[in-house]
Amino acid sequence: MNDLKENGLKITRRQFLGSAAWLTFAVAFAPKGLLLMSEAQAKAANYGVGAWVRISPDNMITILTPGAEMGQGSMTGVPIALAEELDADWDNVRLEWAPADPRKYGYTRKRGKSLSYSMAIVGSRAVMMYYKDMRRAGAQVRKVLLQAAAKKWGVDPTELSTEPSVVVHGPSGRRMSYGEVATFAEVPDTMPEISKSEFKDKSRFRLIGKPVARRDIPDKVNGAAKFSIDVQLPGMVYASTVHAPVQLAEPTSWNDAQVRAMKGVIDIVKLERGVAVVADTFERVLAARKALEVVWAGGAVAEGYDSEKTLDATYPKIAYDKGAKSKTVREKGDVDTAFASTAKVYKADFRSDYGYHAQMEPLNGVARFNAAGDEVEVWEGTQAPGRSRAMIAEALGFNPSQVMHHQQYMGGAFGRRSITDYTVEAALIARAIKRPVKMIWTREEDIAFGMFRPQSYQCVEAALDKDGKVSGWRHCVVGDGGNLIYSGIKLDRYYGIPNQHVEQRGTSHGIRLKHWRAVAHPFNLFAIEGLIDEMAAKERLDPFEFRRQRLAMPAKAKRVFDAVEKLSDWNTKRPEGRALGLSVTERSGSLGAGVVEISLDRQTGKIRVHKVWVAVDGGTVVQPEMARRNVESGVVYGLSSVLKERATMKGGKVVQSNFHDYEVLRMSEAPEEIHVEFMERDTKPTGLGEIANPVIPAAVANAFYALTGKRLYHMPFTPVRVLEVLKA
Amino acid sequence: MITFNVNGKAVSVNAEPETPLLWAIREHLKLTGTKYGCGAALCGACTVHVNGKAVKSCVTALSSIEGASVTTIEGLSGDSSHPLQKAWIAEQTPQCGYCQSGQIMKAAELLRENPNPSRDQIVKHMNGNICRCGTYTRIIAAILRASKEG
Repeated sequence: MNDLKENGLKITRRQFLGSAAWLTFAVAFAPKGLLLMSEAQAKAANYGVGAWVRISPDNMITILTPGAEMGQGSMTGVPIALAEELDADWDNVRLEWAPADPRKYGYTRKRGKSLSYSMAIVGSRAVMMYYKDMRRAGAQVRKVLLQAAAKKWGVDPTELSTEPSVVVHGPSGRRMSYGEVATFAEVPDTMPEISKSEFKDKSRFRLIGKPVARRDIPDKVNGAAKFSIDVQLPGMVYASTVHAPVQLAEPTSWNDAQVRAMKGVIDIVKLERGVAVVADTFERVLAARKALEVVWAGGAVAEGYDSEKTLDATYPKIAYDKGAKSKTVREKGDVDTAFASTAKVYKADFRSDYGYHAQMEPLNGVARFNAAGDEVEVWEGTQAPGRSRAMIAEALGFNPSQVMHHQQYMGGAFGRRSITDYTVEAALIARAIKRPVKMIWTREEDIAFGMFRPQSYQCVEAALDKDGKVSGWRHCVVGDGGNLIYSGIKLDRYYGIPNQHVEQRGTSHGIRLKHWRAVAHPFNLFAIEGLIDEMAAKERLDPFEFRRQRLAMPAKAKRVFDAVEKLSDWNTKRPEGRALGLSVTERSGSLGAGVVEISLDRQTGKIRVHKVWVAVDGGTVVQPEMARRNVESGVVYGLSSVLKERATMKGGKVVQSNFHDYEVLRMSEAPEEIHVEFMERDTKPTGLGEIANPVIPAAVANAFYALTGKRLYHMPFTPVRVLEVLKA
Repeated sequence: MITFNVNGKAVSVNAEPETPLLWAIREHLKLTGTKYGCGAALCGACTVHVNGKAVKSCVTALSSIEGASVTTIEGLSGDSSHPLQKAWIAEQTPQCGYCQSGQIMKAAELLRENPNPSRDQIVKHMNGNICRCGTYTRIIAAILRASKEG
């Protein structure tokens, strides 16, 4: 129960009632009894807080979930921890979205001496960040119910136990549902403390670690699930923004009269970085978009930018220019001495192209103002409701309190949706036209105005000491986007290399960039594990053996490597034309290792990945079935990115425009088998949404080497590149 | 005014004849289970049945379906009782769920033509439908389950 250690988070009654800035559980009294969280009650009592948990006399328990749902299962996974400690009957638990108010519903993180509050569901944090607070809150609510029942029955609370949503008095056999207790229970002035021993032992879990069905799935098989693109409002009109083909150029003029004369066109709204056409139907918006001819101002940073030339010619120059500006990301030991004192140095350079999120739902938002124009309601799918609300308020010159936010399901996100540039546009358009509006970017717009995973160039270099152990590591990453290119170089998590120097060399191209699933981990691990595999081959050691003999692996890493070796049956010979590749992966506190089995069509250059095995240490796995699917999802996302996906810019314009030229993995290219194993651990839950895709690039490249004796240094491994490498 | 039948009901849509069926279904008729993904017949999120055949509604002109029978995800069973819908839940297939209406409609066409498809036949039939969450193996499992339990 290490994960339940006190860190100072204590809920007092006052804080429960929302005056303080903790994860807040409001408690109020209803006419019929105790309401743990009635907003109406809280308002009547002038508390002005929101609800977290509500127990109604009919024994329904409502839990507000802050787990923004983009497909990873957080809306279910987060409240399960609360329901577990509350010992709630999960079939009678209803989930509602928590309002976009991080001071009440956010998780807290220490930032120096102060705390930050966030509802950002990014970096695979949802379950990880909320788990402990959710469990404590559930335990507190249960304790309040037990104390109330004990008083009612005139028995000692220690004689009471619970079954799902029922208080039980063992000695007399009396039973009372939580709903009944809620009709008379009183809330103590101070919420009860929960000692370590009062938390459920793992052996008594009914929900955590068990296969619980996701709450969103029934509505996702019959069309009922509501994404923001599905929102319908009375009097609503439609809009779509056209942005500059050269990103971030400003509009100067357009064929206004011609487009306004088109059937159904209501308005044309100038935005800072684009022009929005508004019409009474969306098909008329599409027609108007097509007819719109915008003149864009010159001088955008991206003007003339050629991403391929830059990656192939400029980045290597920066990497080898001793005078180039550089930022040290990690310094450990004395790397220069480690390299100077050995004759054995291995070195390789790697490249990686831009990546597009390609979430299935093109970005969109719905906005409606009140008659006075001083309040706006927005409907959107966002990974960061609090930030979203603040961004929209800022764009309108409002306070966040003037923005009412309605969270919706997200049709994919992958890091793209923690910045709501799309709903900001919807709000600005709605204000300009004084009507409710649904603003939808076309797929083409979603790509052209995309925020990409940056391209990168990496030089990695390793020194082996006289015993052949890896003693030094140099890693230089060149690219745009700051931490977007250097996340994921955390060697200490898996290999204890005593001397390390990691640096980043920045540049800027005026292309919008953003966190992409696992940020920079995929391409940095590609470089790290690519070089490790190369060293293993040159040292004539099996990849597992090289790691065991030449790298000081911590126990956690040893376990996942051992597990995946067994899971993949690594030492059994594969059929002719097949080969295996290995890589480690690390993200959001989790650690894993993966093996892929590939074949190659040497005529077309197409790599086919048949089977994938991944062993993951994600701490306590709260929802194993959900987690398994997250890992499978990451495997496919990773394969898609290394076999197919590349965005390029020419003349400052994004070249690709839809799924015909930004190709993503299809069913026929997906692995036939994906095997996932979670380590049995009692440690706190860590992130699982992004643990799998970083394992793929190096695993595939290393399998390619095992099959062909050639190395792939540039991801994605498109057929054209594969053929070039085979010929070389 | 184009008149056709959606999920067993006669409807009339007042829109230009070239209007994509997708937007007529979603925004004129408010049946939003059918999704917009690419607008170019590349991803399959907009798949519906027209006279029993799966079509990509984003490139199907309204004028071409005058008098036709359209079935959307909302009309597949009406109560989520179609074997595919039950199998989709049993396999916990959807993640973000955005593509799944199209996946299910495409799969429904397959099972009607071939009640016991092989894995290869499933893959061939379903290849035009993209799932960005990568639920492909779970879609295949769900179709196989539905074909057995149907």
